[in-house]
Amino acid sequence: MSINNIFGIAGSAMNAQMVRMNSTASNMANSSTAAGSQEEAYKAKRPVFEALLTEQQTNMRAPVVGGVKISEMVNDSTPNSSIYDPGNPNANEEGMVFLSNVNEVVEMVDMLAAARSYQNNVEVINTAKQLMMKTLDLTKV
Amino acid sequence: MKIFDSAFSLSERTLALRGQRMEVLSRNIANSDTPGFKAQDINFKSILKATEPNSSLKTTQAGHIQESVSNFQSDLVYTVPFNSSVDGNTVELSVEQAKYGRAAAQYQATLRFLESDMSGIRKALRGD
Repeated sequence: MSINNIFGIAGSAMNAQMVRMNSTASNMANSSTAAGSQEEAYKAKRPVFEALLTEQQTNMRAPVVGGVKISEMVNDSTPNSSIYDPGNPNANEEGMVFLSNVNEVVEMVDMLAAARSYQNNVEVINTAKQLMMKTLDLTKV
Repeated sequence: MKIFDSAFSLSERTLALRGQRMEVLSRNIANSDTPGFKAQDINFKSILKATEPNSSLKTTQAGHIQESVSNFQSDLVYTVPFNSSVDGNTVELSVEQAKYGRAAAQYQATLRFLESDMSGIRKALRGD
C-alpha cells in the first residue's frame, strides 16, 4: 500500500537531515579546535546524500525505496588557516597552530536548511497520516 | 458480487492511483537535497489508456488471471524543472509541495466519492 510507504520515505529523509544537523553541531563544536599540522587540523564534515533506488540498498526490505540515505561523509577541502601561537600546547616547532576550517556562517545556513527540510518531511507524514485516518473512517457505519 | 464491483471499482482504483502519486511526490520531497536526483511524476495519460476496455488482457475462463492495475511504476515520467540546478537535482521543493497538497486534496475527494457510493449501497440494502 502506497500511503504506508510515504512514512518510510519521509522517515528516511528525516533521518538523513538529522545526520546533517548533527554534523553541523559537530562542526560548530570543533570550530576552535587547534592542531599542530595541516593534516591533523579539524576539517568540517559534510554528509553526501544518495537516493535509495533499489530494495537491495534498504535495510531488511523496509518500505523506504525512493527515500534517501547518507552515502558518505566528506571533509571540507578548504585549507586550514594557521596562526602564530607559541604558547599553545599544540603548537609545532615554529610556534604555529592550525585552526579548523569551519566557517560558522556556512554551518548556520546549513543548519537552517536541514531544519526546513526536516519540517517539510514532517508535514508530508502529517498529511499522509490524516488521509490514512480518513480512509479508516470508511469502515464506520 | 456484481453490484459491489461496479459500485466501488472505479473509486477503489482511483484511490490506489492517488495514493501511488502521493508516494512518488513524497519521494521527490525526501530527495530534495540529493545531488543528481531526478524528480518524477505519474503519467496520467498512459494510465488512463491502460484502463480502456480493449487494452487489457481478456479473461474468458475462470482460471485466467486478471491483469494487475495496482502497479503504476512503469508509468513514471521525469518532470522538467522550471529552473535547473548545478548539482543535477531537478526537485523544486515548492512545486513539489504544491503538487503534494493538491494530490492530498484529490485523495480526499476520491474518498468522499467512495463514501457516498457506500452510503448509497447501504441505503439500498436497508431499504428504509
